Amino acid sequence: MVTSILPLRLDRAFVKRRGKMLAGPVDLDLTGDGVTILMGPNGAGKTTLLRMMHGIERLSGGTVTWAADEETARAAQSFVFQTPVIMRRSVLENLMYPLRLTGVAKAAARKRAEDACAMIGLAGQEGQRATRLSGGEKQKLALARALIRDPQVLFLDEPCANLDGASTREIETLLQAAAGRGTGIIMSTHSIGQAKRLARDMLFMNRGRLIEHSPADVFFTSATTPEARAFLNGDILE
Amino acid sequence: MSDIWEGLRAAAWLLISFDADLWEITLRSLRVTLTALLIACVIAMPLGALLVLRRFWARRFVIALLNSLMGLPPVVVGLIVYLMLSRSGPFGVLNLLFTPTAMVIAQVIIITPLIASITHQALRELWSEYHDLLISLNTSIFQRVRTLLWDGRRTLLTAALAGFGRAIGEVGAIMVVGGNIDNATRVLTTAIALETGKGDFAMALGLGMVLIGLAVTVNLAIHWLTGTERAGRW
Ligand SMILES: Nc1ncnc2c1ncn2[C@@H]1O[C@H](COP(=O)(O)OP(=O)(O)OP(=O)(O)O)[C@@H](O)[C@H]1O
Ligand SMILES: [Mg+2]
Repeated sequence: MVTSILPLRLDRAFVKRRGKMLAGPVDLDLTGDGVTILMGPNGAGKTTLLRMMHGIERLSGGTVTWAADEETARAAQSFVFQTPVIMRRSVLENLMYPLRLTGVAKAAARKRAEDACAMIGLAGQEGQRATRLSGGEKQKLALARALIRDPQVLFLDEPCANLDGASTREIETLLQAAAGRGTGIIMSTHSIGQAKRLARDMLFMNRGRLIEHSPADVFFTSATTPEARAFLNGDILE
Repeated sequence: MSDIWEGLRAAAWLLISFDADLWEITLRSLRVTLTALLIACVIAMPLGALLVLRRFWARRFVIALLNSLMGLPPVVVGLIVYLMLSRSGPFGVLNLLFTPTAMVIAQVIIITPLIASITHQALRELWSEYHDLLISLNTSIFQRVRTLLWDGRRTLLTAALAGFGRAIGEVGAIMVVGGNIDNATRVLTTAIALETGKGDFAMALGLGMVLIGLAVTVNLAIHWLTGTERAGRW
């Protein structure tokens, strides 16, 4: 049994750049599997918070700790960026890349990449230049690449922005399957519908502060902060 | 005018009859230049990548040094290499002066900064694209260098071709350190200079045609590569 890297604990963690507080200070305990959805208006600091948790944003103060040492923790996480980073390689080579980094043999990596390719409906396009894929296909490729190492925790930053209904549903299906296999998912979105469909827990941010953390059913029926209630009502937060 | 026609006719004949001298000189040119190019690429490309990836203290200094080395007149490079390799110089015991090796050394010094600089510029763009992903995947510095060099290979090929073009057409430095010795260090450019001086226009033009042919091929290849680079975005 692999050691679990969860829970994740943030203790007064914040990021400040040029005197401006981008996110935090945040105190947070994320215990486990299932889908945690992070919502909040543009510029609230969602991307910054996700990057802080993942360890790719330099903290200005406070701590982010996992239940494992840093190396183990980092190796067991993946991140899908708001604009997916697609390597100038073929679809298959994009998928093989994270595996090859950790020393998986070429043949085995190829096999797993082919399976992943089929999983996202790109079977038959393995050899295509990944940079030529459509926006939705790129998004799915980035997701499949993030899942290929079987991470314990997967971060996604608005993975369905700019996608149509069908693609959104495909991605949600993949996410639910991953969550079903025990992957903890932490994801930001602007779609209340998507949050309702996926979330077990909800996080809500406004102006860099994490102001709500509650189970999804509680959040959607009786959010405590006026900002969250206004947001759910479709009001525009100033 | 008739001199030139005569020369061109004779030159064409030298080319199609695979004249032994011309052939030998061309091959030596290619051997010296390709050796220098290989060594320069092995030094310059990882260096260019490291300059992108690492914010070490000497980074600005190295970039400034590369840029000023690029502006050095080749004949000055030749002079410096000459002084280093001459009998009284620090590397005199190696007996390298007036050998193809000396010419390779001079060419390496001339084209390494050029290749490193083009590599640096090309990979900087690629790194800004890949930065988040490669950090997120916990790559080692070695893996980052490899990834950038591999995924940037088309632009790197352009850099190498530019280096080749510069080296094959270079005359000042290799004249000084090679000495243009028949059957030993005579290459296309130095031979052209000599034959022109002697008034043997047939040989000079024949050699010139080979040189022009090589230069045109290289430039077409660069043009084609940068074209596909833009069209394909990789
Ligand atoms: N490096 C930086 N320097 C200064 N300000 C920054 C930097 N990075 C982000 N910001 C600012 O931090 C704030 C939070 O940005 P962030 O990307 O986390 O918001 P977000 O909630 O993800 O927004 P969106 O919904 O638009 O993606 C923004 O106002 C942004 O302009
Ligand atoms: Mg964002």
